[in-house]
Amino acid sequence: MTHAASAPQLGDTWNDSQPVLKVRNLHKTYHDQQVLKGVEFDIHQGQVKAVLGPSGSGKSTMLRLMALLEPADDGEITLRGRRIGVRERGGATIALPERELAKERANIGMVFQKFNLFPHLSACRNVMLGLTSVKNVPHKEAEAQAMAMLERVGLSHRAGHYPSELSGGQQQRVAIARALVMNPTVLLFDEPTSALDPELVGEVLDVMEGLANDGMTMIVVTHEVRFARRVADEVTLFDSGIIVEQAAPDEFFDNPQHERTRKFLSHVH
Amino acid sequence: MEFDLGIFVQQLISPDYVKGAFLSVAVAVLALVLATVIGFIMALGRTSKSKVMQGLSGLYIWFFRAIPALLVLLIIWNALPQLFPVLRQDWFSPFIAAFIGLGVVEAAFMAEIIRSALISIDEGQGLAGRALGMSPWKVMTKVVLPQAIRIALPPTGNEFIGLVKFSSLASVISLQELLTTAQVGVNITFRYAEYYAAAIVYYLIIVTLLTLLQSYVEKKFLWTSRTKSKKPSIQAPQSAGVAS
Repeated sequence: MTHAASAPQLGDTWNDSQPVLKVRNLHKTYHDQQVLKGVEFDIHQGQVKAVLGPSGSGKSTMLRLMALLEPADDGEITLRGRRIGVRERGGATIALPERELAKERANIGMVFQKFNLFPHLSACRNVMLGLTSVKNVPHKEAEAQAMAMLERVGLSHRAGHYPSELSGGQQQRVAIARALVMNPTVLLFDEPTSALDPELVGEVLDVMEGLANDGMTMIVVTHEVRFARRVADEVTLFDSGIIVEQAAPDEFFDNPQHERTRKFLSHVH
Repeated sequence: MEFDLGIFVQQLISPDYVKGAFLSVAVAVLALVLATVIGFIMALGRTSKSKVMQGLSGLYIWFFRAIPALLVLLIIWNALPQLFPVLRQDWFSPFIAAFIGLGVVEAAFMAEIIRSALISIDEGQGLAGRALGMSPWKVMTKVVLPQAIRIALPPTGNEFIGLVKFSSLASVISLQELLTTAQVGVNITFRYAEYYAAAIVYYLIIVTLLTLLQSYVEKKFLWTSRTKSKKPSIQAPQSAGVAS
């Protein structure tokens, strides 16, 4: 059943008053260097979580683990009440094989810093590829859905253009449409505006704000402090592989509890 | 100077030369197809995480880059039938022996061309495909390969032309390809200049056509909306006046 992945079986007890994504005790080490040291958080349906923090603090690694692009060394990721990325066998949990992971990844959207659009495909084909090759949606229907999604990010007039013919901001908006068209449970953004010229940042943030207003569940790793303050429901400071502070935007920016947060904010304000 | 234009033209339009040229191109095409298939597998082996796969494909590439193609042809045509009686049957023709021999040698070189094309693709491409939920096979065929082919095309064109010329080696296993056709004629008539000149013309025609084919295929891999504006499909940009 290929559509099982797009409609995950809900855990027996899950309902939307519980976190849609739950991360517990997440650990990751690269070459003896501990990048994640027990990350824990919840995000509820329709929430936007902004993740701030210095470069190299492990923010991007955390997103890659949640997107199941890399295995965690330890810890649990639970999506809609169901643990993902692993299966139980004889009391032990083992990582899923790549083919099984692929099915679960379709539920989690990812937008990359460098867009990673497919250069050999037009904007429309970029958006269609997940539908046709993962969800087996017929070509015509996939095209219609892709066009609707490009319309949503304001780029339907660019559908036939190739990535090399689009500006950075346009490419990132196509990348957002490509993730969105898969109808993910949660959408992850890995510094989506860091690779953009300053004058192109606004159009991407506008699209993201629109998604937030439409009720999309989003985790946004970003350096855009103003965006975090205006759009996020919760702001997180990440440093040295742990979450230092986690609070509502007003609380986080106006009355930070931790010295580390105050120091960080003094640099970015 | 004694160059009989009549003999030259007569040979130029003779069925022997046409057949010889056809055989040269046919051997080269089939050898390239075989080399691409084996070379792709070897390139995957070389880039795989498995040490065994790396070792096996490394061994193949090492061996066939070291052995002269001429020796491989002689082994396949003479030594293998000695070892395996099934190859003494009629179906095992010089043509089959030639394209297999040239193909397995060429595969070692294609493996390196394909490997360098594969590793030149930005790792963000595979990452984006996987993030969409694509299986490893889909990531390879829909994302990585189309981009790798574009990079591998120009060096592959070189190899193709090389193979057309290497097909003349198959004269040692009695394949009547283009150069052998000329040589046979020379042996009977001693009209060296006319027969060799006819062969030159055929090689020039073949390589010209291959060059045209290559640039045609490369244009297919330009990835801009402009080259496809003839098709009024979704791939064509809509009216130029739309604000960007």
